[in-house]
Amino acid sequence: MHTTAWLIPLLPLFGAALIGLLGRKIGKTAVAVIGVGVVALAFCFALRAFFLAGSAPDHRLESLSFTWMSTGNLSVPMGLVFDPLSSLMALVVTGIGALIHLYSVGYMWEEEGFARYFAYLNLFIFFMLCLVLGNSLPLLFVGWEGVGLCSYLLIGYYFETDYAPAAGLKAFLTNRVGDLGVIIGMMALFAHFNTLTIAELLTKVGHLSPEVGFGVLSFATLMLFVGACGKSAQIPLYIWLPDAMAGPTPVSALIHAATMVTAGIFMVCRLAPLFQLAPITLNVIAWVGGLTALFAATIGLVQRDIKKVLAYSTVSQLGYMVMALGAGGFAAGFFHVFTHAWFKALLFLGAGSVIMAMHHEQDLFKMGGLRSKLPITFWTMLLATLAIMGFPGFSGFFSKDEILYLAYLKHPALWVIGVAGACCTSFYMWRLMALTFWGEPRDHHAYEHAHESPWTMTLPLVVLAAGSVVVGYLGIPEAFGGHFSIGRFLEPSLAYGQLHVHEGHHGGPAILLACVSTILGLGFGLFGFLSYRSGTALAESRAARFPLLHRILLNKYYVDEGIERVILSPVRGLGRLLWQVGDVIIVDGIGVNLPAALARLAGDLLALFQTGRVRNYTLGMVLGALAILWIFFK
Amino acid sequence: MITAWMNTHLLSFLVFAPLVLGLILLCLPERLAPMAKLLGFLGALAVFVISLVHFLRLGGYSYVENLPWMTLVNIPVDYHLTLDGLNFWLVLLTTFLTPLTLLGTWNSLKERAGLAFALFLMLETGMLGALLAQDLFLFYLFWEAMLLPMYFLIALWGGEERRYASLKFMLYTLAGSLLWLVALLYLAGKAGSFAPALMAQTAQAFPARVQGLLFLAFALAFAIKVPLFPLHTWLPDAHTEAPTMGSVILAGVLLKLGTYGFLRFALPIFPKATLHYAQPLAILAVIAIIYGALVAMAQKDIKKLVAYSSVSHMGFVMLGLASLTVIGTQGAMLQMLNHGISTGALFLLVGMLYDRAHTRMIADFGGIASRMPIFTFFFLVVTLSSIGLPLTNGFVGEFWILNGTFTSSLPWGRVFASVASLGVLLGAVYMLWMVKRAFWGPENTGEHSGTGHLSQDLNSREIAVMVPIVVLIFWMGLHPQTFTAISERPVAELLAPLQPSAPTQLAEVAR
Repeated sequence: MHTTAWLIPLLPLFGAALIGLLGRKIGKTAVAVIGVGVVALAFCFALRAFFLAGSAPDHRLESLSFTWMSTGNLSVPMGLVFDPLSSLMALVVTGIGALIHLYSVGYMWEEEGFARYFAYLNLFIFFMLCLVLGNSLPLLFVGWEGVGLCSYLLIGYYFETDYAPAAGLKAFLTNRVGDLGVIIGMMALFAHFNTLTIAELLTKVGHLSPEVGFGVLSFATLMLFVGACGKSAQIPLYIWLPDAMAGPTPVSALIHAATMVTAGIFMVCRLAPLFQLAPITLNVIAWVGGLTALFAATIGLVQRDIKKVLAYSTVSQLGYMVMALGAGGFAAGFFHVFTHAWFKALLFLGAGSVIMAMHHEQDLFKMGGLRSKLPITFWTMLLATLAIMGFPGFSGFFSKDEILYLAYLKHPALWVIGVAGACCTSFYMWRLMALTFWGEPRDHHAYEHAHESPWTMTLPLVVLAAGSVVVGYLGIPEAFGGHFSIGRFLEPSLAYGQLHVHEGHHGGPAILLACVSTILGLGFGLFGFLSYRSGTALAESRAARFPLLHRILLNKYYVDEGIERVILSPVRGLGRLLWQVGDVIIVDGIGVNLPAALARLAGDLLALFQTGRVRNYTLGMVLGALAILWIFFK
Repeated sequence: MITAWMNTHLLSFLVFAPLVLGLILLCLPERLAPMAKLLGFLGALAVFVISLVHFLRLGGYSYVENLPWMTLVNIPVDYHLTLDGLNFWLVLLTTFLTPLTLLGTWNSLKERAGLAFALFLMLETGMLGALLAQDLFLFYLFWEAMLLPMYFLIALWGGEERRYASLKFMLYTLAGSLLWLVALLYLAGKAGSFAPALMAQTAQAFPARVQGLLFLAFALAFAIKVPLFPLHTWLPDAHTEAPTMGSVILAGVLLKLGTYGFLRFALPIFPKATLHYAQPLAILAVIAIIYGALVAMAQKDIKKLVAYSSVSHMGFVMLGLASLTVIGTQGAMLQMLNHGISTGALFLLVGMLYDRAHTRMIADFGGIASRMPIFTFFFLVVTLSSIGLPLTNGFVGEFWILNGTFTSSLPWGRVFASVASLGVLLGAVYMLWMVKRAFWGPENTGEHSGTGHLSQDLNSREIAVMVPIVVLIFWMGLHPQTFTAISERPVAELLAPLQPSAPTQLAEVAR
C-alpha cells in the first residue's frame, strides 16, 4: 500500500508525459490505449486503496510522505491520504474518468489534436487526484490550480478559433480570483495553527477552546469559501462555467460536471470540522448556494444551446450542494456530488452523442424527433433526466431531498428557494428532452444523416445510466426509513480529530416536505414536456408575451456585460493610466527627464558664454574688472 | 598542483577567468567572429562546470580568499572574497546563465558579435566579483564595473532608442551609487575599515538619525538596482532597447544585486534602521507588485510587458526581505533564483521570436501556436512558472514570501500579504492575456503580421537552451530545499538580532 499508493496519481501523469512526448509518432490507437489504460489502471489501484482504507483501524491510510517545501517553521509534506472521503472521491475521479476517456476515443477520433487532447486529459486526472488525496493544504492547492490549468487548456483546445481561447482565459482568471481566497485562507490558518497539514490542522481545531480564534476561523473559512466559489461556480464567480462549454463535450462531462467543479465542495468537506466552527461562514455558504441554485436554473429555462442548458443546470446543482454544506449537511452535500457525477456526466455525454449525430449542431431548436435514431442515447438520457429531476427512486431523488430537508431546518426560505429551483430543473430538463427527442425533426438534412454512436461512446452511457439509477440507494435518508449509509460511511472523515460529533438532524415534517417538492417537480416537468413536445411554436409565442423577461433570461441577467463595464474595463484603464501618467509623465517626465532637461538647459545657457572668441572674453574681463573697481571705490 | 591552486584560489579564478577570456576575444579580428563566439561560449561553459563541480564537492563548506590589498586614505582595503550560503546559488545562477545566454543568442547579433561576447564575459566578472566581495570597497568597485559592459551592450547593439536608454540606465544607477559612496566613505572613515562587521560595530554607536540617513543612502543605491517603485523607470527602457543577451542577464542577475545588497550589507550593518524602515520598504514593495502588474497589463510590446513583470516580481523579493522573517527572506532568496530563471527564459524566448518575426508587438501576432508548437510549449511552461503555478518554482517563492509577510511582526503585515497576493492574480492576467492574443486564435494575416514570418520552429540549439531551464523550473518547484537549505542558517543568523523571539527562531532551524 505504501508504495503503490503513489501509482494512483502518477500513472496518469506518466500517461500524459508519454502521450505528450511521443503522441504524434505512435499513432492514435496507441494513444487511446495508453490514455484510457493508465486511468483504468489507476482506478484498479484506487479500488484496492478504497478497501484497504475501509478495513484499516480508523478507516484511514497514509502513503509515504516526503518533505515538499520547508523553511523556518513552515514545513509542508507531500503525501497521500486515503480515508472514506478521499478514497470515494478518487474512485469517482478515476472511474467516471476512465469511462469518459473511453468515450473520448470515439468522440475525438477524427480530431487532428487527438494526442494533445489525451495528454491534457490524463494530466487533468493526475492533478485531480492530487487535489483529492493530498495530505496538506498546499498539496491540495497543487491539484486545485493544476486542474484549473488543464481546464484552461482543454476549454481552449480548439486554439485556432477566437472564442475557445477567450473562454479558457476567462475560466482560468475567474478561478484565480478564487485561488487568492485559498492562498489567503492558508496564510491565515498557518499564522494561527503553525501547520498546513490537514490532519494536524483538524486535530488542533478539535482542541480549540470555544472562545479562542473564532474570528480567525471565520476569516479563514470565508476566504477558503471564496476559492470554492471560483472552482464550484457559485455567485458571483460562476460566470466562467457556461463559457467553458467551448471545450470538447467529453471535457464538459468530466471536468465541468462530474469532477473538477465539485472540488470546492470537496474542499469544504475535507475541512468540515473547521467550517463547523464558523457559523457566520456557514450562513454565507447556505445563502450563496441557495441563490445560485435558483438563479442559474432560471437562466437554464430559455437557453437554446443544449450544452448551455446543461452548464446552467450544473451551476444550479452545485448550488444545491453548497447550500447543503451551509446547512451543516456535509455528508448530504457530498452525497449529491456523488450522485450528480453520474447523471450529469451522462447528460453531457448523451448531449455529445446527439451533437455528433447532428454534425456538431448544438441548437435545440434545430433538433427534434431523434428518439428512433439514437435509441441508446435516448433511453440513457431519459434515466439521467429522471435522476436529476428527483423522480422517486432515482438517485437524485434521495440526494436532493436530503438537501432540501436540511435547507428547511436551516431556514424555511431556503427550502422555498430550493424547491423553486427544483421546479425549474424539471422544466428545463423536460424541455431539453422534448426538443431533442420528440416532435418533428426541424433540420431534415441533419436528421437524415443522424446515426447512433460507436460502442466506445454508448458503453459509457449505459454504465453511467445504471449508476444514475442505483447509486441513490447508498444514502436513503433517515426520513424515508433508511440509514443514510453514506453519511455514516463518511463520518470518520467529516469529523476527523473532533471530540464532539455534530450530526443527526431531526424534526420538521420530512415526509410532507418531500411530497410537496416531488409533486411540484413532477408537475413542472410535465409542463415543460407538454410545452415543447410538438415543437417550438408555443415557446415562441410565450416569449413574445413576456419580451423583457425573456430577453433578460436569454442574456443571463447581463452579468457578463456588467462585469466588463464595472471591473474589467476600469482595471484595463487603470493600467493604461498608471503607465501613461504614472510612469511616462510623473516619474519619467517630472522625476527624471525634467532635471535632465534643466541640467542641459543650464549647460546650454552657460555654453552661450563659451563662444571661443577672444573679443567676447576680453569684454567679459573688462566688465568684470570695472565691476570690481566699482565695488571697491563706490 | 593545479587542483591545490584551484582549491585555494577558486573564487579568484571564477571571477577573473571571464575577464581574461573577454580580453582575448577583444583581440580577435572581426573575421574570426565565429571562432570568438565558440571560444567565449566554451570558456563560459568551463567556468560554469568548474564552479558547479567544486561547489557541489564541498557542499556547505565556504571558500574564502582574504588578502590585504591597499589603503585608501589610511583605510585598509582587503581583497576579500567569500562564498557562503547567501551567495552560493546566486553565483551558480550567474555562471549558469552566462553560457546559456550566449548559446541562446548565438545568431541574434549580426555585427561585431565577437565584441558583444567579450563584453558579456567582462560583465560576468563584474557580477561574480560583486556577489563574492565581502569588503565594501571591493564590492563598490565590482558594482560599478558591471555598469560599463552593460552600457555598451545597450548603446551599441540596442534598438532605436538605445542612446536614451543606455544613458538613462547609466545616470540613474550612478546617481544612486554616488550618494551611497559618500555614505560608505563616511562610515569607513569612522570605522577605519571597509569590513561590514567593523562597520556594523561603528554604526551601532551612531545616533539613530545618522544610522537612518546612512541606511537610506545604501538603500537608495540598492533600490534603484532592484528596481523598487518609484525608481524603476530605467528598467523598461533598458530592457526593451537592450539586445536579448543584455536583457537576459539584466533580469537574470543584475537586478538581484540590489536585493542581495540589502540582505548582505544594508541589513547587517544597520539593523536598527532596517527595523525602522522595514515598514515603508514593505509598502513600496506592495505598490511595486500591484503597480508593475497593472502597467504590464497595458503594454503592447511583449518585451516591455516582461520588463514590467520584473518590477512586480522584484517587488515580491523586496516584500520578503522587508518581512524580516526566515520564511519571507528564504522566499526572497528563492524568488531571486526563480526570477533569474523564468524571466531570463522569457527574454530568451522573446528574443527567439524577434529574431524570426522582427517585431515584438502583441498586435502583430496571433496564432503563433499553429506555426511554432515547440516554441509555444516552452513559452507556456515558462509562463506558468512566472505566474506561480504550483509545482513550478514561482509558486514556492511567492508562497513563502506571502506567508512570511503574513506572520511577520510588521504592522499591517497581514494586509500587505493579502494585497500582495493580488499580484498572483494580476500576474496571470497580464501573462495569459498576452498569450491568448499572441499565441492562440487564428493566424494573423494582417499587413504587419509577425506570425507570417514564423516559418521555422525552434532548432536543436534553441531547444538545448530551453531544456535545462524547464528542468530547473520543476526541480525548484518540487524540491526547493536543494536551493534554499544552504541559506537557511545564515538567514536565520542574520535576522536573529531583529527578532523579539530570537532564541526560538534559531532553535527551530537547528532542529
